[in-house]
Amino acid sequence: MQALFTTLLAALAPVFSPESGHFALALACVLAALQGILPLIGLRRAHSPLTALARPLALSHCLALLISWACLIIAALGDDFSLKLIADNSAINKPWPYKIAGLWGNHEGSLLLWVSLLSLYCALLALLPGQSPRHPAGLPPRLRSRLLALLGIVSAGFELFCLTTSNPFLRLWPVPIDGLGMNPLLQDPGLAVHPPLLYSGYVGFAVPFAFAISALLDGRADALWARYARPWVISAWALLTLGITLGAWWSYAVLGWGGYWFWDPVENAALIPWLTGTALLHSVIVVEKRSHLQSWCLLLALATFALSLSGTFLVRSGILNSVHAFANDPARGLFILALLGLYGGGGLLLFALRAPNLLPPATPSFTPLSREGALVLNNILLCTLCAIVLTGTLYPPFMQLLFGRTLSVGKPFFEATTTPFIIPLLLLMGGSMALPWRYAPINPTLRRLALPLCLTLGAILPAFWLFPTALAASVAVLALWVINAALNDLISRFYTMPQEHRGLSRLPRSLWATSLAHIGVGITMLGLCGMAGSQERLIEAQIGTHLHFGGHDWALTALTPHHGPNYEAVEAHIIIRRHDAHGPVLAILEPQIRLFPQQGQKILHVAIIHRPLEDLYAALGSVKEVQTPQDQNTYRVILRVHENPLASWLWFGGIIMAMGGVLHLIPARRKRRPACA
Amino acid sequence: MRLTRRHYLAALPALGAAGLGGGFLYMLRHATQGTFDPKAVRNPRLGQAVPAFSPLPALPEQPTPCPGLSWQDFHTLTQPVLLLIWASWCLPCLEEIPFLRQHIAGETTTASPLALWGVCYKDTPSQAAHWLEQAHHPFSRLGMDYDGQCAIEWGVTGVPESFLILPHPLTGSRIVWHGTGSLTEALYREQIQPFLRGAL
Repeated sequence: MQALFTTLLAALAPVFSPESGHFALALACVLAALQGILPLIGLRRAHSPLTALARPLALSHCLALLISWACLIIAALGDDFSLKLIADNSAINKPWPYKIAGLWGNHEGSLLLWVSLLSLYCALLALLPGQSPRHPAGLPPRLRSRLLALLGIVSAGFELFCLTTSNPFLRLWPVPIDGLGMNPLLQDPGLAVHPPLLYSGYVGFAVPFAFAISALLDGRADALWARYARPWVISAWALLTLGITLGAWWSYAVLGWGGYWFWDPVENAALIPWLTGTALLHSVIVVEKRSHLQSWCLLLALATFALSLSGTFLVRSGILNSVHAFANDPARGLFILALLGLYGGGGLLLFALRAPNLLPPATPSFTPLSREGALVLNNILLCTLCAIVLTGTLYPPFMQLLFGRTLSVGKPFFEATTTPFIIPLLLLMGGSMALPWRYAPINPTLRRLALPLCLTLGAILPAFWLFPTALAASVAVLALWVINAALNDLISRFYTMPQEHRGLSRLPRSLWATSLAHIGVGITMLGLCGMAGSQERLIEAQIGTHLHFGGHDWALTALTPHHGPNYEAVEAHIIIRRHDAHGPVLAILEPQIRLFPQQGQKILHVAIIHRPLEDLYAALGSVKEVQTPQDQNTYRVILRVHENPLASWLWFGGIIMAMGGVLHLIPARRKRRPACA
Repeated sequence: MRLTRRHYLAALPALGAAGLGGGFLYMLRHATQGTFDPKAVRNPRLGQAVPAFSPLPALPEQPTPCPGLSWQDFHTLTQPVLLLIWASWCLPCLEEIPFLRQHIAGETTTASPLALWGVCYKDTPSQAAHWLEQAHHPFSRLGMDYDGQCAIEWGVTGVPESFLILPHPLTGSRIVWHGTGSLTEALYREQIQPFLRGAL
């Protein structure tokens, strides 16, 4: 198997050489530029062959980038250290999946990933069936060509950036014998998947951006436009949600600090577009159903992409100092800023010129107490949250710039400022589902909400008894309210269906999607509240030490050496028994401390047992040899143990949220038409 | 074309973005010339007077009582103070303790000119007491910052962080040095000691 693999690699290497990859990248850049220019000329001159070129160009653009990835992967698997990217980030003894995953764990590779994902979106847009008698819901060909052209322009700029300042195919001379190896922290399956997921969310918002530009060029953003754009908004949102969830899980399970969110600039850079993206997701519904909020929705689409661009790239330019920053190179920063100005600034300028002249909605206006009113309030709250996070992130460098004062903004600031907006948002989330469009009479609405309201009120006392702080308890009650209201909505809609057509699968797909996403938010919020009561204990221990912690007995029974492929480790063996030292065994935790000699880095490999109501978590801090009074050598270790209530609910909720989005994307079953109409 | 309120409103996002972009451009250009250092962002309150904060209570029920901490304490300083922001749940905090005990709290050396004060960040009294017991309580003053408010005033982003405060008879006490992460001997020798020599 191994031999076959090596032969295959050797056979492919001359064809898919780094030079071929470099050439493919340059070709992709040219194809993207053509994809951007030719269809626009075609549309302008009403020349349909030129317009129709958008699809083949998008497909070949994507193919060229896939070829350059194939070249890069073959070089990485074959340990070609003449490539700077591979020499800097890989090593011979690195396990092979990480040789591939390590390719996007650095600036050049992640940029190539970014443009490749954008080209995959273009290819998807080109491959989905267009509007035809068989597919009446498909995109009209002219709109599709224009979208592909706009996305081609965006791709071409970033591919040019990739080629000129961050080329992943640069050679190195003299060729080193072995690579430097990657940051051991990144050697984790979660991190292999995290960047592609997160980036596909970031990049996905390019499609709504192109939709918005197209609407501004047309001077029209009607219900039909919103129906075409909405699946793309939802898919990007779902991927970004998954990406953020996975990132939070990674910092919880791999960084080993016990926390899951540190309000680091890079984390904020993902949260900011997520917040505006969530606002966009809700406002595009209003445009689709009621044709209101058109310019607001367009602005959100532009801002979300501009923010995700700035998030991805400004953090890497060295302005926002962050633990995640890959490449602090201001020269690259200038190029990025120029691109940002071109796309983000250009989009906003177009908005300033065209938005005031958008056609006013044809539908009658609405009262504040209505579905529209609730969605407007939702947008206000989400955008306020986004503004807070943005301010907190940008405050330190701008404070330094404007007043020469240094200041840092951390977790305390963000927690104190975001909570007052999260609470009304949760309140609203539960109530809004029961509101009809246009006008909601008060009494029927209250009657509809009576059951979840009572259930929630009944949960107040237990919540205050269970959760450690009043704030956590109140947020938990609100989270329950969100879940109850979403379930209530599903159930009441089920029972209002006519009896002969009643069925869970017959409920509208969008209702299922919304309820699931809201339930997911509720579950995540419950997890957040549970984690507010997490307990940690730091002890110095030796073999035989018992610790009574979190209602359990934790015993360190053994310390064993452990050999990894490219690290040496010490593994602690911790037996957790229920209640006391004689209780039944609850779990066995085996945290390690790993030393990567190549990088001279020590990495905590934490051990976690996920249980439905709590996570048991242990990290082995450091090991030292000491002499006992009897002149015997023993080992003393520093152990950090955590009891994290409801921790797994955080990630579970995130996955449910994204599932809600995915459910919405699955095409509805074609309605069977009667044979003779 | 008549300009209406809608036009002005629609231009606001573009203007805001232009402002931010201009700021970033300035920062990037000056970062290349070395006149703007984004890393300096990490050093809050450096070179300034001690920020005002509400008094922090002492840790209750201690065998050897240790007074709490207030803003006024910094105004009546007679010796340099190393202020440590720590928490019982923080691993690097425990790792720096042997060094602190040896070199600063004066356990093995002769009378040290440096006082070691602590702020316990967002912790419970029982866990803090447990931790202090293991660390042989190196502090001569210790304030409990239960809600993390004091840490906001000091601009702390994480634990451990440390500040060196020098007394000055005329201008009042000033923060002259700030560090994040564990204190080590090398760090102490290279960065803190020069200040102490200057102060004495």
